[in-house]
Amino acid sequence: MNSAPPNKSNSASPSRQEKKSDTHGSILYIDGVSVTFDGFKALSELSLVVEKGEMRAVIGPNGAGKTTMMDVVSGRTRPDQGRAIFKGKIDLTKLDEAAIAESGIGRKFQKPTVFEQQTVYENLDLALKTDRRVFPTLFRRGLPKHQKRIEEVLEVIALPDQRSVQAGSLSHGQKQWLEIGMLLAQDPELLMVDEPVAGMTDLETEQTVEILRRISSKRSVLVVEHDMEFVRALNTKVTVLHEGSVLAEGSLDFVQKNERVIEVYLGR
Amino acid sequence: MLADAPRNTIKIDPSSWILLGILAASAVLVPLGNLLAPADSLFHVPTYMVSLLGKYVCFALLAMSVDLIWGFCGILSLGHGAFFALGGYAMGMHLMRQIGDRGVYGNPVLPDFMVFLNWDKLPWYWLGFDSFVFAAAMVILVPGSLALAFGWFAFRSRVTGVYFAIITQAMTFALMLAFFRNDMGFGGNNGLTDFKDLLGFDLHADSTRSGLFIASTFALGAGYMLCRFVVKSKLGQVLVAIRDEESRVRFLGYRVARYKLFVFTLSAMLAGVAGALYVPQVGIINPSEFAPPGSIEIVIWVAVGGRGTLYGAALGAILVNYAKTYFTGALPDAWLYVLGASFIFVTLFFPKGIVGTVRDWVFLKLPFKKSETTVP
Repeated sequence: MNSAPPNKSNSASPSRQEKKSDTHGSILYIDGVSVTFDGFKALSELSLVVEKGEMRAVIGPNGAGKTTMMDVVSGRTRPDQGRAIFKGKIDLTKLDEAAIAESGIGRKFQKPTVFEQQTVYENLDLALKTDRRVFPTLFRRGLPKHQKRIEEVLEVIALPDQRSVQAGSLSHGQKQWLEIGMLLAQDPELLMVDEPVAGMTDLETEQTVEILRRISSKRSVLVVEHDMEFVRALNTKVTVLHEGSVLAEGSLDFVQKNERVIEVYLGR
Repeated sequence: MLADAPRNTIKIDPSSWILLGILAASAVLVPLGNLLAPADSLFHVPTYMVSLLGKYVCFALLAMSVDLIWGFCGILSLGHGAFFALGGYAMGMHLMRQIGDRGVYGNPVLPDFMVFLNWDKLPWYWLGFDSFVFAAAMVILVPGSLALAFGWFAFRSRVTGVYFAIITQAMTFALMLAFFRNDMGFGGNNGLTDFKDLLGFDLHADSTRSGLFIASTFALGAGYMLCRFVVKSKLGQVLVAIRDEESRVRFLGYRVARYKLFVFTLSAMLAGVAGALYVPQVGIINPSEFAPPGSIEIVIWVAVGGRGTLYGAALGAILVNYAKTYFTGALPDAWLYVLGASFIFVTLFFPKGIVGTVRDWVFLKLPFKKSETTVP
C-alpha cells in the first residue's frame, strides 16, 4: 500500500485509522481501490460506504469508473490495490465471481443478460437461492416452496403471465425486469443494478422505480444510472464519480449545486 | 399454474419412445434375421451387416456423448476420438490377454507384439487386464480420468470456444503419436488385433456378433436415458445457461468450471464405452482411431443430425456412416468431398440439423404448440 489518499473530499474517504470500526454496520465498504487498464486509471483510490438497507445511486460521466467499481465488487476485476469489504468481514478482492454471488451479492448488467433459450420460469428457477454444488443440482427437484418463491417474484416483476414464455422473446424492458427478478430469486443482501432503465419507455421506467423501491425495503441496493429523472424518482442518496474517485455525495439537489459536479457534467 | 414446476421427473416424450422402440426392435430383429432366417430369405441379415450395424450403433453413442457437451453446454471438443480410442484400447488389452497361448508365438502371457520386441515380461500397466471386470472398469475410468485432468486445467483457466477445440485436437494428436511408438507397449503402428474370444465366446461366431450388437443397442439406449436424465435435470438447465451466457451463470453463484468438468468427464466415459463395444466388432484397435480428422467427423455427425437433441446425434452418426459405407464402396474418391459438402450444406441451410428442421416443420403445422427447441 502506498500513502493515504489525497485529502480531496469528505466523509467518503475515511482515514486508515478509522477503517476497522467503520466496516461495522456497513454492507459494503470500498477502501482505497485502484484499477489500471493498460495505463488508464479506471479507479483511483476509490472509497465508498453503503450502509445496511440503504439504496444508493451512483452517477457520473462516461468513463468515471461506475461499471469498473461493480466489476471489482462482483469479482470480475481484481483491483491493483485497496479492499472491498462486504458485511464487515468478507474481503471481496480475494474471492471469485461464484463465491461472491454465494456470499450474497447480486448483479444486474447494463445490457440485459437473461438466458434467452429458457422460459421466464426457468430463468428464475436457475437464480433461486439453492445449493449450487454439482451433484445436489443434478438431483434437485422443484419443491413447492421454490415454486411459491418464484410465483412471488413473478408478481413483483409484473411478469406472471409470461412465466412459460421464452426469455428471448420478451421485450427489452421485460428482460430488464426479469433480470432484476433473477436477482430477487437469488436473495442477495446487496443488489447492484447497472443502468436499469436504459432504453425503457417512461411507463416502464416508472414501473422500474416501483420495483426497486419494493426491493430496497428489505435489502441494500446500489444503482448506477445516467438518467437524472430516474435518479430523482428514486429519491435517495447520490454519489458522483469522476475519473475513478468520489467527487461528491449527498442528496441529488445537494450534489447538483456542487460546482465541481456542474463543471464535470457541463464540461463534457 | 403448476405447469412448469416439477423438474427431474422422468417423463418420456414421444421421440424417446420412438428411439428406444427402434433400438429394442433392432436388438431383437437383427439377430433373429441373422441367426434364424435362412440365407436366401428376404429377412436374412448377413453377418457382416450385423457387425456393420453394431459399429454404427457404437458411433451413435459416441456422437451422443459429443452432443451432450456441445449441444447442451457449448463445449466443442475436437478430440473426442481420443476417449473413444482409449476405451477401445482398454477392451483391446483384455482381448489380447484372452488370446493366451493361441498367439503366433504361443507365449501364454505376452501378446505377440511383445514377444516380437523381445520383451520378457508384461509391463505394469497391462496387469489386471486379464480380468474382464477390471478391463470394463478401465474402459470407463481411463477416459474419465483423462477428461477430468484435461478439463480441470482447461476449464479452470477458462479456456473456451475455439481455443478449447484446438487444444483437444492437440490432445488427440499427441496421443496418436504416443500410441504409434512401439515402446509405449500398445502394439505401435499395428495396434491390437487377432482377437479370439470375449468371456469365452468366439468373436467370429455369428451368435457372438449378434450378442455384441444387442449389447451395443443396449448401451446406446442406456446412454440415451442417462444423458436425458442429465439434460432434463436442474443441472441440465445450468448447462444450457452456461452455453448461452457463461459469465451470467457465474454471477448467479454457480462454479461454471465444475459443471463443465462434470459433463465433460461423463461424456468421455460414454465415449469410452462406445469404443470398448466397437473394438470386438471390428476386430482391431490401432492409433489411427486417435487421428484428429476422425474427431472432427464426429462433430459433423452431430451437426448433420441436429445439435442439442441427443437422438439427432445418433441419427446423424448412423446416416453419415451409412453414406460413408456406400460412397467408399461405390465412389471411393468422392467420399471426402461428399462429407465436406454435406457439412457445408447442413450448416448453411439446416443449421438445426435434420432433427431440428423436421421438428420446426412439425411445430409450424401445429402453431398452438410452444416450441421446445433448445438449439440457438
